[in-house]
Amino acid sequence: MSGPVLAVEDLRISFGTHEAVKGLSFEIHARETLALVGESGSGKSATALAILRLIEREGGTIRSGRILLADGDANQDLRQLDDAQLTRLRGNAISMVFQEPMTSLNPVLKIGDQVAEVFIRHRGLSRRDALKAAQETLDQVRIPEPARRLDQYPHELSGGLRQRVMIAMALACRPRLLICDEPTTALDVTTQAEILSLIRSLQAEIGMGVLFITHDMGVVAEMADRVVVLRHGEKIEEAAVEDLFARPQAAYSKKLMAATPKLGTGSSTRAAGTNMVLEVDGLSTRFASKAGLFSKTSQGVLAVNGVSIKVARGETLGLVGESGCGKSTLARSILRLIEPESGTVLLDGKHLTGSSKAELRQSRKEAQMIFQDPYASLNPRLPVHELITEPARIHGLVSRKDQKELAAQLVARVGLETDAIHRFAHQFSGGQRQRLCIARALSVEPKLIVADEAVSALDVSIARQITDLMLELQARDGLAFLFISHDIAVVERVSHRIAVMYRGEIVETGPAGQLLAAPRHAYTRRLLSAVPSGIPVRSRKQAPRVFAEDAPVSLSA
Amino acid sequence: MLIYVLRALVKMAVTLLVIVTLVFFATRLSGNPVDFVLGDGISREDRELLIAYYGLDATIGSQYWRYLVSVFSGEFGLSFLERRPVSQIVFERAWPSLKLLLSAISFTLIVSVPLGILAAIYRTSIIGSVVMVIAFLGYAVPAFIIGILLVLIFGYTLNWLPVIGDGSALHFIMPTLAISGMLVAAITRFTRNAMLDVLSQDYMRTARAKGLPEWVVILKHGLRNASITLLSVIGLQIAGLAASGSVVVEAIFAWPGIGDLLVRSAILRDYPVLQFAVLSVAIVVIVINAAVDIAYAYADPRIRLAKG
Repeated sequence: MSGPVLAVEDLRISFGTHEAVKGLSFEIHARETLALVGESGSGKSATALAILRLIEREGGTIRSGRILLADGDANQDLRQLDDAQLTRLRGNAISMVFQEPMTSLNPVLKIGDQVAEVFIRHRGLSRRDALKAAQETLDQVRIPEPARRLDQYPHELSGGLRQRVMIAMALACRPRLLICDEPTTALDVTTQAEILSLIRSLQAEIGMGVLFITHDMGVVAEMADRVVVLRHGEKIEEAAVEDLFARPQAAYSKKLMAATPKLGTGSSTRAAGTNMVLEVDGLSTRFASKAGLFSKTSQGVLAVNGVSIKVARGETLGLVGESGCGKSTLARSILRLIEPESGTVLLDGKHLTGSSKAELRQSRKEAQMIFQDPYASLNPRLPVHELITEPARIHGLVSRKDQKELAAQLVARVGLETDAIHRFAHQFSGGQRQRLCIARALSVEPKLIVADEAVSALDVSIARQITDLMLELQARDGLAFLFISHDIAVVERVSHRIAVMYRGEIVETGPAGQLLAAPRHAYTRRLLSAVPSGIPVRSRKQAPRVFAEDAPVSLSA
Repeated sequence: MLIYVLRALVKMAVTLLVIVTLVFFATRLSGNPVDFVLGDGISREDRELLIAYYGLDATIGSQYWRYLVSVFSGEFGLSFLERRPVSQIVFERAWPSLKLLLSAISFTLIVSVPLGILAAIYRTSIIGSVVMVIAFLGYAVPAFIIGILLVLIFGYTLNWLPVIGDGSALHFIMPTLAISGMLVAAITRFTRNAMLDVLSQDYMRTARAKGLPEWVVILKHGLRNASITLLSVIGLQIAGLAASGSVVVEAIFAWPGIGDLLVRSAILRDYPVLQFAVLSVAIVVIVINAAVDIAYAYADPRIRLAKG
């Protein structure tokens, strides 16, 4: 084998006075996948953007180091190239796939034009030939009906398909190096498995080196040949993937591995009570498709279709399913944040469905919700002591002068310092904010907490701390949780029972261990097979074959 | 798309009806035209006769009904003063106004969009600051001041440009500049803000990572998206200009336009002319709005596909 495709030597990047990457070196060879692993703020993405020399646009500066790209027998230092030379390399010799397929495609340009652009630019094709080439590329990344996609706009495609389009664009010119920056973090497990296997097979076909950036050790095990563990901009450890998983050397690597939830490690829950806190029976919610100018409202879509679930005191029911299956709609319908079409909801023995506005407001204090994004769900203008006691104030449970005292108790319960109550939300990290959201939910002493993807936006180790906190609160106060997540490994850890949702219906419910060990429904089996096993692929005999999405599973198992 | 266009058109028709009604009642707030037209030296009987002749003795309801019927049959009546069909009078005046409007809009777009883009790209450097200072100045100086200054400099002192009327292309220069002043300032600022918004989007990074040169990234990927926000603002500004903005400037340059007509007929209580002139302006505004709605859908596929 010849020299590496890319060699990064002593790379230093800073944003203003903050040094984000401190002397990082690594090499990537052809046909090799190097995983760059670390939590948010470790400098992974900065490194990726520095290689493309796009970091300057984000306000960063490359202080020192060399970025050498193999070019025939010679090496080009990307730091020495001018703008014209760089535009010739980007999307041609080096390309990148970004994290957010939802926002990384231009919303007002057709898919065909966006892919064809690369061919027009780097291959000098005419628009017609470029569109033809684009169609072939879409076919190559296994997008069904590629000809029709050319004329579609990004918003007409699912997240998985959009990420395939991104990959098609990146691989159009058969680059020597592909950089993937958390390409599957925003996708659910089944889609993730498809995208990962796609990248692997295209790598085998094209033979490019891949720099794969992720915080998910499960994904690392699926993809990597070698791993570089990054923390605060410094390389903590570099090892072949089997070695890292078998014998992580650095303490931080061990911690990272331990925090990664793995399927089949069992539930950490205690025994649940028997009194039912939540009883949902035959709940359906319809999204009316908008009435046209001359047409009556059509039937609309049943987002939730005849769902029946129960949660007992001190119990956690995990609700899993891929995005768009109706999980969040179900949660909102239960609390009547969205009006359900039919069915009944009993919360702590009281009917939520059919109750008046005033009664509903009373009952709402029995059930509180925690949302996915701890940045968007806290009002930035309220000090913490007002922020987290607001529900209690609304329900008249606390007087203005006792507010601070209650706030102090609450922050103590979620493991924050007492002086936190005088600060504002932006002064806290993501994990601390999610603690504040929990504290706010606890302020009205609810019986049930609905956690909608509450840890999905957090780093693994932080997510672990938050779920630990939930388990602890449950053990102490007998709280019931409805825990919604697309991450089955997390759900397994916190749940007594698991309900699997597919296209608006609950296809299977059962005790966590039993359901995961012996799934009865075809969809559950598909969902489970898509979860990264956390065992390096290279240590396994054969990678599991995953089929393209949109292959529906029959609902009658 | 078809449903979307139909919806825009229906909305337009409803607005029009409301305006037709408002115009009728609003123009009657200022008093009886007979008093003004004929003055004091008229006998009581003659006065009654004239009032009956013009139909001003009927109840307001039946006057309104007659008005509606004639509006929809295209009959807008004769001017109280000139005794000519009002449509003829207004159309004579509409074309010069429209020409001035088009000239001002073209000038504004040609100047302000590139300026706004420059200000966004070079927001941290001196170029951006200079553009924004000029834009703020333009915003702060009303059209009649710009107009008078222009007349003073290029008409009176230098004697380069003609001041009165719309006879030649040269006549357009000063009124166009006077009208565009504030518009250029406003649209430069909106373009800058819209571009700033777009420049930080993920898809701009994708476009750069594809290896597109910077100008393609800015113009093709950036401006296409910024234009969605811009369209609505430009539409509003132009509609505002069509409605009232040019009245003062037309007066300064003695432009034989509709603004001048509006002012004169309002002072003389020439109801039919005033009504029709206001209606024409309203129709222009509504048509511009509907056009913007439709252009909006054209620019943004998400709107187009979601609503039809």
